[in-house]
Amino acid sequence: MSSNETILNSFRSGPDEEGAFGHFGGRFVAETLMPLILELEEAYETAKKDEEYAFELNDLAKHYAGRPSPLYFAPRLTEHFANLSTVGGGAKIYFKRDELNHTGSHKINNTLGQILLARRMGKKRIIAETGAGQHGVATATVAARFNMECVVYMGATDIERQAPNVFRMKLLGATVIPVTAGTGTLKDAMNEALRDWVANVDNTFYLIGTAAGPHPYPAMVRDFQSVIGNEVREQIMEAEGRLPDSLVACIGGGSNAIGLFHPFLDDKGVEIYGVEAAGKGVETGEHAASLNGGKPGVLHGNRTYLLQDDEGQITDAYSISAGLDYPGIGPEHSWLKEQGRVNYVAVTDNEALDAFQLCTKLEGIIPALEPAHALAFVEKLAPTLPKDHLLVMNMCGRGDKDVFAVAGYLGVEL
Amino acid sequence: MIETRIDRRFAALKNEGRAAFVSFITAGDPDLQTSLQLMKKLPEAGTDVIELGMPFSDPMADGPAIQLSSQRALNAGHTMAKTLEMVREFRKGDNETPIILMGYYNPIYVYPADKFLADALAAGVDGLIIVDLPPETDTELCLPARDVGINFIRLATPTTDEKRLPAVLKNASGFLYYVSIAGITGTATPDPHVVHKAVAAIKQSTDMPVAVGFGVKTRQQVSDIARGADGVVVGSAIVSMIADSLDGKGAATSETVERPLALVKELSGGVFDILEG
Repeated sequence: MSSNETILNSFRSGPDEEGAFGHFGGRFVAETLMPLILELEEAYETAKKDEEYAFELNDLAKHYAGRPSPLYFAPRLTEHFANLSTVGGGAKIYFKRDELNHTGSHKINNTLGQILLARRMGKKRIIAETGAGQHGVATATVAARFNMECVVYMGATDIERQAPNVFRMKLLGATVIPVTAGTGTLKDAMNEALRDWVANVDNTFYLIGTAAGPHPYPAMVRDFQSVIGNEVREQIMEAEGRLPDSLVACIGGGSNAIGLFHPFLDDKGVEIYGVEAAGKGVETGEHAASLNGGKPGVLHGNRTYLLQDDEGQITDAYSISAGLDYPGIGPEHSWLKEQGRVNYVAVTDNEALDAFQLCTKLEGIIPALEPAHALAFVEKLAPTLPKDHLLVMNMCGRGDKDVFAVAGYLGVEL
Repeated sequence: MIETRIDRRFAALKNEGRAAFVSFITAGDPDLQTSLQLMKKLPEAGTDVIELGMPFSDPMADGPAIQLSSQRALNAGHTMAKTLEMVREFRKGDNETPIILMGYYNPIYVYPADKFLADALAAGVDGLIIVDLPPETDTELCLPARDVGINFIRLATPTTDEKRLPAVLKNASGFLYYVSIAGITGTATPDPHVVHKAVAAIKQSTDMPVAVGFGVKTRQQVSDIARGADGVVVGSAIVSMIADSLDGKGAATSETVERPLALVKELSGGVFDILEG
């Protein structure tokens, strides 16, 4: 096989030089920002080849963020799903424990990578958007660590439902700006961050939190998050002597998922599942499932699946989990869906709430509501699989931030 | 490409020795009928070129004034079909004033693009300004628009350096829209001297007219900028006047057409100052 053929047959060679994954992705931004994203792309390409940059990032990942995160065999859930199986199956359930990272989620993998890049580019001011506040906290954290000014845009609606994270960001020295424009949620926070960027092009670095936005963000964030999948490869080999049979991760913008999936895309034997938030049910229209309930469009710098009406106006996403509450999705996921390489499914708020409690009771791990969606799908999938099937789920965030909201949903007064 | 109303208007104004006054309003703001009434009266109030905004839920390059105008139009049930209907209605009484549709790509992409171009041309549209389609995306809409005879008006900004300018100019037609500030619409105030220098630099590389917009709010600014440009665009100030005229429920009042028109009359006077020395 020639190297050309290898590339043609690979799911891992994208994006092309235009930033496209098939016809998704690209660079749909205002002219003011074009020179900036071209400069960013160049800086990232240079940094990627620089051993010093890699060393610095790995060192911080290890000593500051706490990598590698463990790969944990979940015995009681494994047993539970086996008991649910009517065909004598069950699968062996492993969690990739990215919720143990500093700041409590996978988001730190990306913010470390980008802030080092911002420093190399001589930028003095960091801006970010956040929904649940996890990315905002991870950004404010690295900004504090590197003594940079940090401004986080957050929808006014989200500020209300994520008060502890807002306080964390402020403690870390960030300025949190409430966004009331539009519907006051994550998409509006992203609009506002883009407006800030356009007005402060000289000194500001836009630290995007998910594998979406204009090229090079989707590829760059994926690369930073791929540490998840790369570690899983090594860890599962050590634990089981072979690759996993299936991978499961939740998807909002899709950064934890692409980080787990990407290193395995060319391993044909590995089944891959991305789990979207079906909210109150995809059929109700109140959901955040861009791939299962949206259609292709252009927003926030890339072409991808979007929640939108027939007029191309972006509609609100809804999910119990603020971190999945985004009307778009990273363009690489849109491409992988159309290629049929990854199966994209959706689970409802109620299913995620049940999984949240199940995991807490059986494994002593309080998951964030985001990976609780992934687990709710594992609960459906595992009983249909044979006992020796190896399933790895990304536990991408911890649930401390969600306990108050969950109490509310369960009707418990604290 | 073939000559459009835009080309003819700028050529005529050049002979007159003055810059064009370009008025921006959002289609359907605050409702279709009021917006159409206002649009029809813009030329007699001194508007040489009409820039009609296509409302979008997520106008990333716009400041609060135009964001809100977009929301008002969408809340009133505005659609792309209604924007094109406004152009058709306008053309029944005015076949000379150039009309440019300004907006974002997604509503066009889902329309879809080829049908949009055909319908826009049939309605009497002369040009497009699509904020999130930089030169790197020319195959999406810019080149197809040129093929059907619609100008694709390109934005150049303070971040468009010498290296990038040729790419920006390459497939542009009609005129070049110089964004006077690094920022969003209707916010910072441009410095006329800096703007004149930038326009002069761009004119070294193109014969196209150069119009200047973003942040122009007063007659004096119009007058100052018009001395060193081929057109001056006013948007946020006009749509703010619409917002100010609404009643407590956000509905149009008897002033919603007259107040923006009065502002257009006042500001457009600025483009004539150069003729008086």
